[in-house]
Amino acid sequence: MTDSFTYLDAASAEPLHPAAREVLLAAAEQGYADPRRLHRPARNAGLLLSNAREVVAEALGVRRDEVLFTSSGASAVHAGLLGLGSRGIGHSAVEHQAVIDAARWSQRSPVTELAVDATARVEVTAVREAVAAGDVDVIAVQQANHEVGTLQPLDDVASAAGPASLFIDAGAAMGRLPLPSVGDAIAGSARKWGGPGGVGVLVVRRSARWRWPFPGDEWSREDQGFTNIPGALAAAAALQAVVAEREEVNARQHELVALIRERVRTEIPDVDVAGPDEDRLPHLVTFSALYVDGEALVTALDRIGAGVASGSACTSDTREPSRVLAAMGALTHGNVRLSLTRDTTREDVERVLDLLPEIVKNLRTEAGL
Amino acid sequence: MSAAIVTLDCRGQACPRPIIELGRHLGDVEIGEVIAVAADDVAAHHDVPAWARMRGQEFVGEVEADDGVPVYRIRRLS
Repeated sequence: MTDSFTYLDAASAEPLHPAAREVLLAAAEQGYADPRRLHRPARNAGLLLSNAREVVAEALGVRRDEVLFTSSGASAVHAGLLGLGSRGIGHSAVEHQAVIDAARWSQRSPVTELAVDATARVEVTAVREAVAAGDVDVIAVQQANHEVGTLQPLDDVASAAGPASLFIDAGAAMGRLPLPSVGDAIAGSARKWGGPGGVGVLVVRRSARWRWPFPGDEWSREDQGFTNIPGALAAAAALQAVVAEREEVNARQHELVALIRERVRTEIPDVDVAGPDEDRLPHLVTFSALYVDGEALVTALDRIGAGVASGSACTSDTREPSRVLAAMGALTHGNVRLSLTRDTTREDVERVLDLLPEIVKNLRTEAGL
Repeated sequence: MSAAIVTLDCRGQACPRPIIELGRHLGDVEIGEVIAVAADDVAAHHDVPAWARMRGQEFVGEVEADDGVPVYRIRRLS
C-alpha cells in the first residue's frame, strides 16, 4: 500500500502479512525439493512442509492430518465439496461462485438452492426440507458471506442437515474468526488472510466420509500434486500472526465498519446498506446507491485514490448482477464493497467517507437526476 | 388490477438506466396510479422491487409484453 492510495479491497486479497514475507523468501531458498525423495534437500523440504501443516493445524485448532494444502482457495472448495456425498447438493443462495460452479460441474441431482433472508442468512428450514426430501446428501453453507459479511448460523445448519454431510466455505472468515466447530470439510484461501496467492487450505475432519474427487488416490488424505511449500509455509506464518492479532484487529475493524455504515446511511440519500449491523465479518461492508452506475462509482473512487470492489452487473464479466445482492432483495446497481486491511486507519476511512457524498451526488447529476 | 397510466420503454438500456427513468418519471402519474417500465436488462428484475422498497412506492408485479420483455408495474404512494 502506498501513501497516496487507500486499498479497501482486502476481501479480494489482503496484502502479504509482514510475518509471511521473510518466511516466503527463506522457504523459497530451502524448500524447492520433492519431499517424497530420500535425499537431504528432500528432507529439508519435507520438514518445512510438515512445519507449515503443524502451524496451520494449531492456528485452526485441528489435527495435523486433517489439513491439506491445495493450489488455491477455489480448488480447496472444489475438492472439499465434491469429496462429500454422492447424490444431491443443497447450497445456500449466497455461496461463492466456486461452490456454485462445483455443484453444477458435478452433475449430481438435484442441486437445490437454499433460500436466504434479507440479511443473507440461510433459512434453516430450507436446509431441513432439502435433506428431508431424500435426495440431498451434502449441504454447502459458507461461514461468512464474502460480499456482505453475514455470519451463517452453522450450528443450526449442522443439526438441520442431520445425516447429510456439511461442507463449509470459510474463505472470507478463516483466520479472522475461530474455525467452525461443525462441518465435515472446511475450505480457506491464504490470500484472504495475508498469505500468498495460490495457496488453499482444506480441513477434512477425521470423522468425515470424504474422498479425493479428482484423478489420483481416492482414499488419500494427503496433498495431491506438488504442494507449493514456500507458499504453504508463508501462509502458515501469516495465519498464525492473524490469529494472534485478531482480537485487537477485529475490534478496530468492526468499529470502522460501523462508522462507514452509519455515515453512509446518514450522509448519502437513497442508499441501501446491505447485511446485518452485528453478527457480521469485522472488516467488510457493502452498499448500493440508487441511480448510480457501479462501474462509474468504482472508477471515481479509484480516481481519488481508493480501491474498492463492486457487485453490480456492469462490473462483472457476465454482465449479471451479484447473486448475493439479488438473493437478499438488495439493490444491485451502484454497488461497492469496502473491505479493510489490517493497516487501514480511521484517517483512511474518513478521507474516503468525506469525499463519497459528493461523488455520488455528481454521478446522479450526470445521470439527469 | 388498474392499468398503467404511463409505460416507459427502456428496452435495450443497461442498468441503472431503467431505474433512473423510473425515478425521473414517477411524477408523471398521480398518487394511487400505476407507472410501468418495460426493461430487458436482467438487473431490473431485482432493482425495480428494491427501488420501490427504498422509495416507499408499491411494487405491483411483473408481466410480459407481447415481445416477451418484462414489464414492471409500480403504484405511486407518495
